[in-house]
Parts: sequence; structure tokens; C-alpha cells
Amino acid sequence: MTEIFDKIVLYFQYPFVRYAMIVGVLIALCSSLLGVTLVLKRFSFIGDGLSHVAFGAVSVAAVLNLSNEMLLVTPVTIFFAILLLRTGRNAKIKGDAMIAMLSVGALAIGYLLMHIFKTSSNLAGDVCSTLFGSTSILTLSKSDVYLCAALSVAVLIVFVVFYNKIFAVTFDEDFARATGLNANTYNLIIAIIIAIIIVLAMNLVGSLLISALIIFPALSAMRLFNGFKSVTICAGILSVVCTAFGILISILAETPVGATIVAADIVAFAICCLSGFILTRR
Amino acid sequence: MALLTCENLTLGYDGKSVVSKLSFSVKEGDYLCIVGENGSGKSTLIKTLIGLIQPLEGKIITQDGFGKNEIGYLPQRTDVQKDFPASVREIVLSGCLGRAIRPFYTKEDKALAAGNMERLGILSLEHKSFKELSGGQQQRVLLARALCATKKLLLLDEPVAGLDPKAVSQFYSLIEMLNIEDKITVIMISHDISSCLGFASHIFHIGSAKPLFFGSKRDYIQSEVGKAYQSFAGGGD
Repeated sequence: MTEIFDKIVLYFQYPFVRYAMIVGVLIALCSSLLGVTLVLKRFSFIGDGLSHVAFGAVSVAAVLNLSNEMLLVTPVTIFFAILLLRTGRNAKIKGDAMIAMLSVGALAIGYLLMHIFKTSSNLAGDVCSTLFGSTSILTLSKSDVYLCAALSVAVLIVFVVFYNKIFAVTFDEDFARATGLNANTYNLIIAIIIAIIIVLAMNLVGSLLISALIIFPALSAMRLFNGFKSVTICAGILSVVCTAFGILISILAETPVGATIVAADIVAFAICCLSGFILTRR
Repeated sequence: MALLTCENLTLGYDGKSVVSKLSFSVKEGDYLCIVGENGSGKSTLIKTLIGLIQPLEGKIITQDGFGKNEIGYLPQRTDVQKDFPASVREIVLSGCLGRAIRPFYTKEDKALAAGNMERLGILSLEHKSFKELSGGQQQRVLLARALCATKKLLLLDEPVAGLDPKAVSQFYSLIEMLNIEDKITVIMISHDISSCLGFASHIFHIGSAKPLFFGSKRDYIQSEVGKAYQSFAGGGD
């Protein structure tokens, strides 16, 4: 046991491990808070769809040889997030079909572009690391960490300030509109925050596994708690704990970071299901 | 002057009219029931009154000093709410949100919410989860939320749909109490005309896409439309 502990202490002397931990925890916190709203709004798949859009945008950025791909990826993702959340209600193509279409389409186009305009010899490796995040979280620079931390804090502040309104719009949009809340504005805010979180989370778990980061903590928390506030807080804590464990395990056992974090989330979900079951049986 | 007057409204979506030539008004303290079959445009009318959609023609005039967002709206329960993790208190408090831009609830908001919960007999359920309540209790929670949003006008959309008979009569008595004791104006959408005739002061009957009758309950019972409906429905009271 002390051996493992010593090893962890040793690893934490490396800045890249500390960076990974900070960024990981912040992103996990942000994504889980919004995850509760998304799951309840029946938008669980939006993370999936948007992350594939982001993947497509990353490919385009790679093809165009942009030095900072975030500058292209973020606005594109925000645009599609707004498109998806706004047309959810009255669109000719329904929300879930729209998400599926975008998701598959962006994935295919992204891969196609990367294939046609090969920029490196290791195409499969590039695609794999964009999709599964492989090691990019361990190669963060100091400025990446600052940017990520600043955006995460901004997301957290917006979430706390608009918490009551986000609740109202999620629970009953018609009532919220009737009392004079501008539901469109809040849906827009939610869409923008989600897009930012997804772009951030791509560094952490890659675009394929972002949905897990958004959905699992919310669903786990819902097994245990019944209030919106308690579910949100529990989801945040679970997500942070799972991510921290996932990063530690992946460093110690040399497993892929993203997949390990998601595995930790799955274990937490199983535990929550079981304890929820026992609690209600009692 | 009437609290709310609708003149010659034509309602619909995307430029397609669903129902036209609706004119009616509610005065303070009225209890108006809007009745009609499914598809007659009742829900469209509600959505227009609370401002979710704009009328295609005609206008809605409100009394001076009465804002549109002072309507306490009780919507039909949605699927989303069936497994929504939210406590009774959280839901009732969210009724207070319309009135200010500030991000958090004030002491007055909390007192108002607690007062409304007490008045409707659900204060003991304050920390319970909404999804675990019975249908009748859920409707009371949503009614308490609506009361947090208004002091003057309640707008109820099929409030007793899916409730058992005991819960239905309890709910109607609550509305009657709010109407008589607290002088809250009530507009209720319903297809249950016999109960409407028991409580309402005024009736607005919409046929298929056109208005059939608007006036006081007494006149309605004497009218052709009312008589036809009563004999069809097996008599009111």
C-alpha cells in the first residue's frame, strides 16, 4: 500500500500529472452539473452528437493546418449546439434524429477529410487519439491549463448564477415562459455552456467518451437522491471522485486515461444502482 | 374594466388558423370555464393567453397595471416530470422566478412559497420528491407554484385530468376556496362540463373551431348550446 502511495507522490512531482489532475477535475465537475439538465431534458445524446461535430471540426483544423485548433472547433461546436437545442421542439426533423444525423455525418466527414489530406503517416493513431483522447491530457501545456481553468470557472459561475432559472426551464418550460422567463435565452446559455464543456472535455476523454462524462454522474446521482439540488451536487462529487480515481489508476496501471475514467464512472453507477435498490427496499 | 379582454381572436400555428372569432372577457373575481371537445382549440387559446404563441388576428387587452406574466398558469403534467428529481419546495419556489432578474430567492419568496404550501395543505410534503406524490398532491404542488406567480389570475389547463374522483372533488373545492375567499380570478379549461356548471360563474363554449357561447352560467343553461350539451352529456345540475 505504501508503495503505491509513494509512487503517487512521486508522480505528483511532475507538473504534467498535476495539470492533468486539475483540468480533469474541473472538466468533470462542469460536465456533470450540466449533465443533470441534459438528461432530464431528454438530450442525453447531445453530448455524443456535439462531440462528433467537434471531431469533424478538429479534422478540418488539422487539414487547414491551423496552429490553434480550438479557435475553429469552439465556434463550430457552439453553432451546432444552438441549432440542436433550438430546433428541438418544432423542427421538421425531430431532435433525436437530428442528433443522430449530425453525429454520424460529422464523424464520417471528419474521417474522410483526414484520410484524403493525410498530414501525418500515422492516420489511425491520430484518429484514435482524437476519438479516445489517449494521452493528450498528459501533454497539456501551462497555457492549456490556464485556458481550461478559466473556462471551467466561467461555466461554474454561470451555472450557479442561473441555477434557479435553469431548474425552472428544465422542469417546465411552458410555465417558465408563462411567468415571463425568457426560456430561449436560457436554452441558448445552456447550449453555449455545453459546447464549451465538450470542446474542453475532448482533451480529457476524447470525443467518443464525452457522453459518458455527461450522463453517468447524473444517472448515478438520480439513483440515490430525489431533489434537483441534491442530485446536482451528488453528480458533481461523483464525477470529480471518479475522474480523480480514473486518472490515478491510468497513471499507475498505464491504461488509457479516457477509458479508465469512464470505467470508474460505470463502477460508480453500478454501486449507486445497488445502494438505491437497497435503500428503497428497506 | 375587465381584467382580461379578448377581441376577435384568430389563433393558430405557422399562419394556419385553428380557431377564429373568439371574443370574451373576464372580470375580477370571475370563474370562467372554457369548454369544448378535443381539437376545438382550447389548448391553443391557453397558449396564446400565456404568451407562448401570438394571435394571428385580434387582440388581448389586459387591465392597466396587470402584466401578462402575472398569470398563474397550471399546465398539464408532462412526461418529463414523471421521473424528474425535484423536491416540492424547489418546484413551488420556482413560481417566484418571473418577477425579478436576481439570481437567487429572497426571504419574501421563501415566505410566499411556504404560505402557499400551507394554504393548500402540502407544507408537510415540502421535502418530498415530486415524482413520489399522488396525482392529486402533484396538482396541488403545481397550483402552489402558480399561486407564487400570481395574486390575481389563475389559468388552469385540464387540471383534473387523470385524477381519481376523490382528488377531483378536493381539487375543485380548493379552486372554489381560492376564487371566493381570496378573490382570485379563475380561467379553467375543461371538457368536463357538468362539473364546470357546478362551480363556474361564466361559460365559454368553443365548438369545432368556432365559438358557440359566451356568457354567465345561468344564461348558458337556458341557451340552445347549453341545453343540447346537457341532454347529450346526460344533464348537469
